[in-house]
Amino acid sequence: MMQTTSKRIKEIQFAFLSPDEIRKMSAAKIITPDTYDEDGYPIDGGLMDTRLGVIEPGLRCKTCGGRVDTCPGHFGHIDLAMPVIHVGYVKLIKRLLTATCKNCGRILLTDEEIEAMKAEMEEKKSMWTTPLDEEIFIKEKLKDTVMRMVCPHCGAEQGRITLDKPTTFREDGYKLTPKDIRERLEKIPDDDLPLLGLNPKVMRPEWLILTVLPVPPVTVRPSITLETGERSEDDLTHKLVDIIRINQRLRENRDSGAPQLIIEDLWDLLQYHVTTYFDNQTSGIPPARHRSGRPLKTLVQRLKGKEGRFRSNLSGKRVNFSSRTVISPDPLLSINEVGVPEACARELTVPIRVTPNNIDTLREIVKRGPTPKDEDGKYVPGVNYVIMHDGRRIRVTEKNAEIVAENLQVGYIVERQVMDGDIALFNRQPSLHRMSMMAHRVRVMPYRTFRLNLAVCPPYNADFDGDEMNLHIVQSEEARVEAKILMEVQNHILSPRFGGPVIGAIHDHITGLFFLTYGDKRFTKDEVVYIFSKIDKPIPPPDIENKYWSGKWLFSAALPEGLNMEFKSSICENCDECLKEKCPIDAYVIIRDGKLVAGTIDARAVGAFKGKIVDKIARDYGPEVAAEFLDFVTRLGIGAIMVRGFTTGIDDEDIPEEAKRRIEEVIREAYKKVDELVAAYREGTLDQLPGRSLEETLEVEVMKVLGMARDEAGRIASKYLGLENSAVIMAKSGARGSMLNLSQMAGSIGQQSVRGERIKRGYFKRTLPHFRRGDLGAQAKGFVKSSYKSGLSPTEYFFHSMGGREGLVDTAVRTSRSGYMQRRLINALEDLRVKHDGSVRNAEDIVIQLKYGEDGVDPSRSVGGKNIDVVDIVEEVLRRKEVAGVGKA
Amino acid sequence: MAKHDTIKALMRRGVEERIAIILANAGIKLEDLKKAALEDVARYIPPEKAFEVLKKVGNKKVTEKDLEEVKRKLQERRKRIRKRRIIEKIEIDESIEIPKKIEEPSDEEKRIMEIGRKMGVELPMSVVSDTAKILKDRKVRSKKVMEEVVKRIVEKYRERVVDAHEAVGIVAAQSVGEPSTQMTMRTFHYAGVAEMNVTLGLPRFIEIVDARRTPSTPMMEIHLSDDIKHDREKARELALKIETTILHDIADIEVSIENMEIVIRLDEEKMARKMVSVEDVEESLKKNRILHARYEIRDKNVIVVKVDEPRYKRLYQFYEVVKNLKIKGILGIKRAIIRVSRDDGYVIYTEGSNLAAILDMEGVNPRKTKTNNILEIYEVLGIEAARNSIIEEAISTLSEQGLTVDIRHIMLIADMMTNDGMVRAIGRHGISGRKKSVLSRAAFEITAHHLLEAGIRGEVDPLQGVAENIIVGQPITLGTGAVKLIYRPKR
Repeated sequence: MMQTTSKRIKEIQFAFLSPDEIRKMSAAKIITPDTYDEDGYPIDGGLMDTRLGVIEPGLRCKTCGGRVDTCPGHFGHIDLAMPVIHVGYVKLIKRLLTATCKNCGRILLTDEEIEAMKAEMEEKKSMWTTPLDEEIFIKEKLKDTVMRMVCPHCGAEQGRITLDKPTTFREDGYKLTPKDIRERLEKIPDDDLPLLGLNPKVMRPEWLILTVLPVPPVTVRPSITLETGERSEDDLTHKLVDIIRINQRLRENRDSGAPQLIIEDLWDLLQYHVTTYFDNQTSGIPPARHRSGRPLKTLVQRLKGKEGRFRSNLSGKRVNFSSRTVISPDPLLSINEVGVPEACARELTVPIRVTPNNIDTLREIVKRGPTPKDEDGKYVPGVNYVIMHDGRRIRVTEKNAEIVAENLQVGYIVERQVMDGDIALFNRQPSLHRMSMMAHRVRVMPYRTFRLNLAVCPPYNADFDGDEMNLHIVQSEEARVEAKILMEVQNHILSPRFGGPVIGAIHDHITGLFFLTYGDKRFTKDEVVYIFSKIDKPIPPPDIENKYWSGKWLFSAALPEGLNMEFKSSICENCDECLKEKCPIDAYVIIRDGKLVAGTIDARAVGAFKGKIVDKIARDYGPEVAAEFLDFVTRLGIGAIMVRGFTTGIDDEDIPEEAKRRIEEVIREAYKKVDELVAAYREGTLDQLPGRSLEETLEVEVMKVLGMARDEAGRIASKYLGLENSAVIMAKSGARGSMLNLSQMAGSIGQQSVRGERIKRGYFKRTLPHFRRGDLGAQAKGFVKSSYKSGLSPTEYFFHSMGGREGLVDTAVRTSRSGYMQRRLINALEDLRVKHDGSVRNAEDIVIQLKYGEDGVDPSRSVGGKNIDVVDIVEEVLRRKEVAGVGKA
Repeated sequence: MAKHDTIKALMRRGVEERIAIILANAGIKLEDLKKAALEDVARYIPPEKAFEVLKKVGNKKVTEKDLEEVKRKLQERRKRIRKRRIIEKIEIDESIEIPKKIEEPSDEEKRIMEIGRKMGVELPMSVVSDTAKILKDRKVRSKKVMEEVVKRIVEKYRERVVDAHEAVGIVAAQSVGEPSTQMTMRTFHYAGVAEMNVTLGLPRFIEIVDARRTPSTPMMEIHLSDDIKHDREKARELALKIETTILHDIADIEVSIENMEIVIRLDEEKMARKMVSVEDVEESLKKNRILHARYEIRDKNVIVVKVDEPRYKRLYQFYEVVKNLKIKGILGIKRAIIRVSRDDGYVIYTEGSNLAAILDMEGVNPRKTKTNNILEIYEVLGIEAARNSIIEEAISTLSEQGLTVDIRHIMLIADMMTNDGMVRAIGRHGISGRKKSVLSRAAFEITAHHLLEAGIRGEVDPLQGVAENIIVGQPITLGTGAVKLIYRPKR
């Protein structure tokens, strides 16, 4: 079925419907406001006329003879008894009225001015990129016509046109009826239209005043039947009924010669209905409402906004062959894989065209029916549908499977259920970057969740606290190839955002690798076998005394040959002088020829966003090697952590009494200093900071003192928390948490803030009734001296909640703001592409950059943003030369 | 409208319509014309015309003599202007060194470029100069080694060049948009200058892409010229010159209700600190339109302002004027603070920004001075400077938040914003509103408006961009969709 066509729509021409065209394309003239007769059959000449198409099964369209699924629907029309104004063009009508003569219809410019303007327009046209430019030009040129009181062509005196919003025009205070306006617009010659911003090839200004209204096909406004058998009409139908009703009354009254006043009222009413039919949010008039009080959704509302036709149905579409469920982790999957539950797999299918080569295999598969299982009760892909030459689908059931299989012909399409190795697209919202949708290979698994490797959580920003993700099965061969080559996970290890890895080890992987490689650990045969039990790689020979394995040696098994690196790991304490390989805390990583010689492997080495080894391997050895490395390393980490066992609890934050006393001391000291500052402030002896008021100076100073106290408390606490502590290991190795988190748990939480200041809101001159009025001390303004472990006092708890709440509000505001910013950025930049000459151009082929990024280098292939790592290359070349015995010149 | 009536009235008296409109627009009424001097009217229209109009209106004061007089004056003025223009043209300050954009490549660099060219690649200048520098550092002189190095570089460069048809715009937008969710919303104290609040994080970034006329916290970093940058006194002097000082800063101002006057008691200490003299105060009082005739110096340091009519409202209006009377400083700059920089002596940071005025000042190093107001940079220094400023501001906003985004993405955004020679915002009033495609604009914002406009203009959507092709349901013209080749298997 998938046929590639080379035909394209080249362009779309927009134009304005003339009354004649509306009548010509109309399949039916609509005259009665009634829709259905007693039998529930559409009335002829009513809004549901079967000439406008059919929405009920069983009926046939009178125009094309098609049924529900074949008839596209046809337009009808309503002849309006009196002309009305089109709301969308009120502003334009005003411009036309003010800029043209009421008598002769010419534009209110002298012949010379017209010539000059035409010439200028012609000259500038080539420079205008958008209609907006023309609009600005015309507006400027026509500005003075408002002042023209006499027509330069016929000498008629001009009135002053005013607009009573939304649709009433007045001339020198007298009302202009749409009929009058139409007559005036008719007089404007075609030659003057371009100067007014209109294109005479597609429209006439008098068409802006409606004399006939197109009625959209019923397929556009289907009615729904409720369970009670009641019919519920579409909002547009309701509105059209109103229009027809008033139109009829207006016509009757006009024909019977009713008083002008009544006719005018009805005319206004018709105008109101037509106005709201187009746009029910026109300012200045009350929106038309449904009986229930809900405002009607009319034409503009259907198109507009996020839920409108454009954004929700045209720019984005709902798709088949997709599924959504909760995700859960599976460390034994490759990063390129996704675990698909059987229930999903039975519904998701891949179309396979029957050819002479595969017909026999496909027969076998079809024969299995829709729910086959092997002897062990394991999932085997079946077939849900077979599509025949004419496009008809046969549902495959247990019963007909044999027959369908027999009748399989070349050219049929078999919809086979997914099986291991199929390509699927996996996505988690919000899809903020291209790594939010990547191609995985399917692994059908029991249970009901999608499974994914933990190393791909960072790009999706996924965790397992109930997150759901979507899976799409790619349907065409072309798309499958693209997905595999361009979208597969391993090709996205390096992010185009900063030219580093976004996929890498997280949490326990890092802790595990830390245990494996830190210091001179050795592992027994039992342990190594346990670690390697889930790794599909040979165990390296023991390197210590022929019976033990060192952790570094085990890690080296994951490294590709010829890898040379040196860097500082996360646990590095940034000593003034780096001892390199002699580092006392084993923080200097050295890899020589694929062997880890020294150093500890942690977040800096393999972590997502930071992992230097991942980065280097992905860049120098290619994505396959990198994917393999990640699979290996994450399993190694998990194996290592499971051999040792790992836990953290609140007792990890236990510190000795001595430390607690010292923290208490530090905080007391700080309080004293704060009190001194406050006293100095009260006495006026506080030294004012330049450019700050006295109050601000006090705040700054107090914050400084308290901040230092908190830091000191943290320092004291962390002195007692060494690398034997699980929580510290996680923080230092970069697995999870920070030392700040720990010091807040063990030492002191510190100052709480709202809007970056100490807490000051609440009661008159105080934050809470627990304090004296005017108390400026530490505790009265939100300093929390307790630690999370010791627990907070009631006032502290309250202040902490205030700070916490601000954080939550901030997050909520931020997501919406940054979401909108990203939408705007995408819209502004979506058309840019690199051309073969290396330049960046937009949709109109205008050059934006002569060379992409000034050096033409793809950021995801750059080395952390640098285009070429010249130093490395020079070193490499020199080394090679030395080996070859050439040496430096 | 009064204008309308004026025009009508003038035309009734036989005045040309064009002239009538001009006069009405200038706010001149018929009664005025009857009494006006020729010179005043001739400010708007040629003197002959003015003479004619006045005659028609029935102005009795005007004579032929006046006409001659006015004509003569006009000619003199024209001459003066012409002279000034000529002088302006000649006056080029030779002492100002115009910075070269691209330095001439060294011999070494030229050689590297040549080798690259032989292999069919035009290496970017940054790579070439890096290579030259490193080779020099490593004291490599052998031609063979150099060729080997360049060969490897060319190989790597070929690998790393972007693929044609890559959707670099979308990648840039995502790369900037994705981390922006992690930015903070709050205003922070500027690192290094604790006294000043500066908008940072997401709000600042949005400000940059919005191309706002003025940032919410305009700020300048003023570097000093070499001769004074290490002189604290001189720097302070300059800062005081820049900073706006209002009367309130240097004086106690009292409102005396019984005498219906405002008493200004100048504070000598404060004046000394701000380096303001009594003469300065008098000078600005003289210049003030409201106050120049109503003040008197009563004592050595006491100035009294009398109110013209004895009303309390008036008195307090005057009080406001007196309080906010600008004594000295540069318009728009509220505060100036001196800081020691790491490598450039004293630097003045200001709250508020006025690039044009600051660059003109003596003692300022115009090469290094900068503002965070991008549109001001555009107006003063031009579009390329604005582009660089967008890049710099965006990068510093992001890196301040600890986010790393490749500079290429930001350059692309900046280039897009400045592509047509003006700073255009990202959004419906800027780039998105100026797209050619009707469908793309309709899909973005203000849907109905764009469709209605397209109808009357008979616009054509060329279907070349992304959004519009998705809407009509055909492959987009980027990436694999841009390839127009079809493989036809051999029979």
